[in-house]
Amino acid sequence: MIPADPALAQWPAALVLGPVLAAVAAFIWPRAGAVVGLGASAATLAGALALALQIHDSGPIRTVPGGWDAPLGIAMYADGLAALLLVMTAGVGTAVALATAGAGPRQGTFFWPLWLLLLGGLNGLYLAADAFNLYITLEIVGLAAVGLTALSGTPESVRAALTYLLAGLMGSLLFLLGVALLYSAHGRVDFAGLATATAAGPAVSAALVAMLVGLALKTAIVPLHVWLPAAHANATPPASALLSALVIKGSLYAAMRLWLAVFDPAAALGTLMGLLGAGAIVWGSVQALRAPRLKLVVAYSTLAQVGLILLAFAVAGDDAAAVAWRGAVYLMLAHAVAKAAMFLAVGRIVAAVGHDDLDRLAEARVRPGPAQFAFALAAVSLIGLPPSGGFVGKWLLLEGSIAAGTWPWAAVIAAATLLSAAYMTRVLAQFFRTDGVPGGEIVRPGWTRADAVPLALALAALGLGIAAAGPLALLAPVPASGVTP
Amino acid sequence: MTTATALLYGLGGALLAGMALYRLVTAADWLRRIVAVNVLAVGVASILIATAYRGPAAPADPVPHAFVLTGIVVLVSTSAVALALIRLLHARDENHHDSR
Repeated sequence: MIPADPALAQWPAALVLGPVLAAVAAFIWPRAGAVVGLGASAATLAGALALALQIHDSGPIRTVPGGWDAPLGIAMYADGLAALLLVMTAGVGTAVALATAGAGPRQGTFFWPLWLLLLGGLNGLYLAADAFNLYITLEIVGLAAVGLTALSGTPESVRAALTYLLAGLMGSLLFLLGVALLYSAHGRVDFAGLATATAAGPAVSAALVAMLVGLALKTAIVPLHVWLPAAHANATPPASALLSALVIKGSLYAAMRLWLAVFDPAAALGTLMGLLGAGAIVWGSVQALRAPRLKLVVAYSTLAQVGLILLAFAVAGDDAAAVAWRGAVYLMLAHAVAKAAMFLAVGRIVAAVGHDDLDRLAEARVRPGPAQFAFALAAVSLIGLPPSGGFVGKWLLLEGSIAAGTWPWAAVIAAATLLSAAYMTRVLAQFFRTDGVPGGEIVRPGWTRADAVPLALALAALGLGIAAAGPLALLAPVPASGVTP
Repeated sequence: MTTATALLYGLGGALLAGMALYRLVTAADWLRRIVAVNVLAVGVASILIATAYRGPAAPADPVPHAFVLTGIVVLVSTSAVALALIRLLHARDENHHDSR
């Protein structure tokens, strides 16, 4: 499977270079933006799938572009976890790109360069094999995400983008501080070297805390989430879909990778992460229950879903933790697909109804059935009902926390399910209510091509539950000491 | 430079970073926040540079210096984006007031 030619063996680097070059091309030729964007997204998806197959057959791949190895050069490392997230990013991104291209040129010429830059940055992040490369790619992802937030050009979105930029910058500088402390303690920043370095001390503990706080800011972990609702609720629908489905996952992955491969955190810190997760579940859900706007409900639900994924940090014990981590990764996957579907569906609903004021949805004369159907299907996965991908993720997380004997976390997972069912039902109920319509005349627009993408994504979120064996097989060696690059 | 000065640089950097973090959270206007982020970056860079010290005989470690250089590039570009967004926001707000 591995090509004999050493130059060919470095092909995973194309997953980073390709989208970045395409971003430049889309910026120079805005007219060709949609063609370049769709082509590059689809090619990246094909590449990510090929990489996943190769890893499935012959194990993790380590490449050193240009033949420069650590500590001077930048190595790339791809295992099952990285491959899965690469496929997720390219897959969801291609779907969102299809929806954007279908919506016509009014989405703005800057969408394509920004999305391609984001794709290249995220791919680089998932392939990073050292902490400093994580910092660089986090910064690229952050800048592209800020651009996407401001894309709609409304004062609210620009203000949200500024807040997001400063919060993200603060997060990445804290992360850089962690890298500095790590380097001062070990004299290197590559994961492989750090994992074998045993010199734990106050500097390493401080590095872990600085990095985790920085990443928590970027991932919008309650209470460091204040930038998220405005940013995600005021962006254009495709931008919201990308921000919520993919961008959040980048920094979450970085935290996960550092936690598993580099540090050997104390159990107490894991419990603290779990408590933060529980807090995020409660706060995000309560805000989703109170939010006056549809897009805000969807944005706040992201906070609760991230909280759920955080519970995996709290599960200790090798075997139990392995199961919980697989659950957490599967939840990331399912959330990406379902949340992208939901934001795109909300975009269709807002376009049809003319507003996203939740209390006035029952008075709407226009009922965009296909988009509402896609929203409901996506909600099934986000709540975690069988047979969706969200269900499989939650089940594994539950199994892990019970195997570890930490029953309180199982109760938190159950409460999270109930709360998410409550805030999703709050929206779905408005779709069915027709008593508020003046005159009782209801217009039901039929299916259009623009409904295809959100519906396909929502169905994919369900399909992730039915076809869970494939992706989970890729994750099989995680993290039984198999994550160390 | 001695170990003591390296420590001084490190502590000075930590102090700068701490003050900048405080200002970043409490400042009310955008420009002050951007300045605070820049000070924070300088603080982090000072700590990084201090870690490069390897004793009086050996030359300084070049790797942290490369980190700082990369960090400066990132900081310049992100500050530029932030300033551009502030200008955009001002333009939008003025249009908004004019239309009233």
